[in-house]
Amino acid sequence: MGMTMTEKVLARHAGRTSAAPGDNIWVDVDILMTHDVCGPGTIGIFRKQFGPTAKVWDREKVVIIPDHYIFTNDQHAHRNIDVLRTFVKEQDLPYYYDVGTDKYKGVCHIALPEEGHTRPGEVLFGTDSHTCTAGAFGEFATGIGNTDAALIMGIGKLWVKVPETMRFEFEGPLPPYLMAKDLILHIIGDIGVDGATYRAMEFAGDGVMSLSIEERMTLCNMVIEAGGKNGIIPTDAVTEAFVKSKTAKPYQPVADDQDARFHSVRRYKTADIQPTVAKPHSPDNCGTARECTGTKLDRAYIGSCTGGKLNDFMAAAKILKGHQVLADTYIVPATTEVAKGLATTMLDGQTLAEIFQNAGAKISQGASCAACLGGPSDTFGRLNKSEVCISTTNRNFPGRMGSKTAQVYLASPYTVAASAIRGEITDPREFL
Amino acid sequence: MQDIIKGAAYVLGDNIDTDQIIPAKHLVYSLSDPEERKLYGKYAMSGVPDTAAGLPQGNVKFVPENDHRSPFQIIIGGKNFGCGSSREHAPEAMQIAGITAVVAESYARIFYRNSVDGGFFIPFEATQRLVGEIKTGDDLEIDVPKGTLTNRTSGKTYSLRPLGDVLEIIKAGGVFAYARQAGFLKS
Repeated sequence: MGMTMTEKVLARHAGRTSAAPGDNIWVDVDILMTHDVCGPGTIGIFRKQFGPTAKVWDREKVVIIPDHYIFTNDQHAHRNIDVLRTFVKEQDLPYYYDVGTDKYKGVCHIALPEEGHTRPGEVLFGTDSHTCTAGAFGEFATGIGNTDAALIMGIGKLWVKVPETMRFEFEGPLPPYLMAKDLILHIIGDIGVDGATYRAMEFAGDGVMSLSIEERMTLCNMVIEAGGKNGIIPTDAVTEAFVKSKTAKPYQPVADDQDARFHSVRRYKTADIQPTVAKPHSPDNCGTARECTGTKLDRAYIGSCTGGKLNDFMAAAKILKGHQVLADTYIVPATTEVAKGLATTMLDGQTLAEIFQNAGAKISQGASCAACLGGPSDTFGRLNKSEVCISTTNRNFPGRMGSKTAQVYLASPYTVAASAIRGEITDPREFL
Repeated sequence: MQDIIKGAAYVLGDNIDTDQIIPAKHLVYSLSDPEERKLYGKYAMSGVPDTAAGLPQGNVKFVPENDHRSPFQIIIGGKNFGCGSSREHAPEAMQIAGITAVVAESYARIFYRNSVDGGFFIPFEATQRLVGEIKTGDDLEIDVPKGTLTNRTSGKTYSLRPLGDVLEIIKAGGVFAYARQAGFLKS
């Protein structure tokens, strides 16, 4: 029987010729990623279970990227970075991106590909639910908890229930007012926040394959918001060109078999999709930007693993150029590489950073997760009272960005930028 | 694994995400330090909006002020319980507060897996919607071998779905014990 990409990757990593949905198998892990929020807990369990002098199973395969609580005065948060440092030193880990050094990166899901740790056909686990972002590189990538991560640290394996695959095909390249964020919000609105629970979400069709690697990452990033176990996109020349520019490590891409079996196949025409907004307090509470026109905003936020990549800022800059924002607007680059991009990438004779400054937006001095998940109360851009915010991030559950009385709307960088200018939710076609 | 689990019910609705179970600003405390970890119990469920905390009436504190243990031992949830972030701090905070079982209509994948693999409590799936049927404070009894939940306050009994694939991990007491049995770890 034919296999999907997800089934093939898992079968290969279990040393089997095939794997079918529902099989419980132990897979070999290529990369384990952790960060400052879940790393200390993982390390604690690793030491308790394997002993205080135990070594990780493969020091080349453990990647530690502090990114969550970096630019804060919270002493517990600083202590957690120290826990990571001590462990990295003890274990002599080569892939640690320490705070306050030239190696510091920022948001792990964007840092992983920048540093060459995402490769087609591999298995990546991370102690963060948005680890699914890396499915954009044609690999199996998913989020796990501290206990599972500690087990991997010791033995390099984890049990996995092979998921069924839901296939989502998009026909036609994206119209100039749409972004991958609109496509994934549209899907989540269709199937609901538990519409893909326990399943893989595979994205295909010429609409998907015409996307840049960054946009493909946005698509896979939010599969967790539909309950998906992993997102995955076929490997093509775009993937290979990116991966080869970052790493010389060999890899083996996978493709669906002709007779692969899917849980379901959904087909969309990109021309039928409108700029989409998820209203408070759930990512599946979707409407079009036009339907929400007039909703007053206190704040706009552009950042995170979902919407803080260079292409996201380029999109926002196209709209913000030559305008002033009415809503308080916060710009948070995901990584230090993205931050450099803001200072060097030009649009019509100005850098992106200049465009944002001239528009009256506030630019974060540090790359991190920042207010996407609220964080300590001194976090840049955090919603500390009943504010109404439109954001390029991924979740709008009560309290996600800080106060549980705040209201968060999720949208693409185009829609967020257009809305920032008007101070109310606005369809980006008004400015494009 | 206990055969009979007894306790008072704390009822929540649909899509209770891990930010509501333990808000992100609290994820900085040590889970290894016996005193500091109590803070997770203290702040468990502190992100749930007041009107949705302890249904049907709401405004019921899960953990009293200045305490880290809840007077409730069994959570009744709706659909997609534990969605959102992969933070294992969420099921662990619930365990620290004294939760021994959750009975929900359905779970988000990572939360379910963390609950089982970490051995924090048993996540049961109900065969019907219990939010609205059971009230916060009701006296509950779960018979694990029979797969039933009895509300001793109302006298009604409900069936639970079989634990299926994860039963062996739950019986072992978590994924480490299970991996030892499977031969992946030296005992």
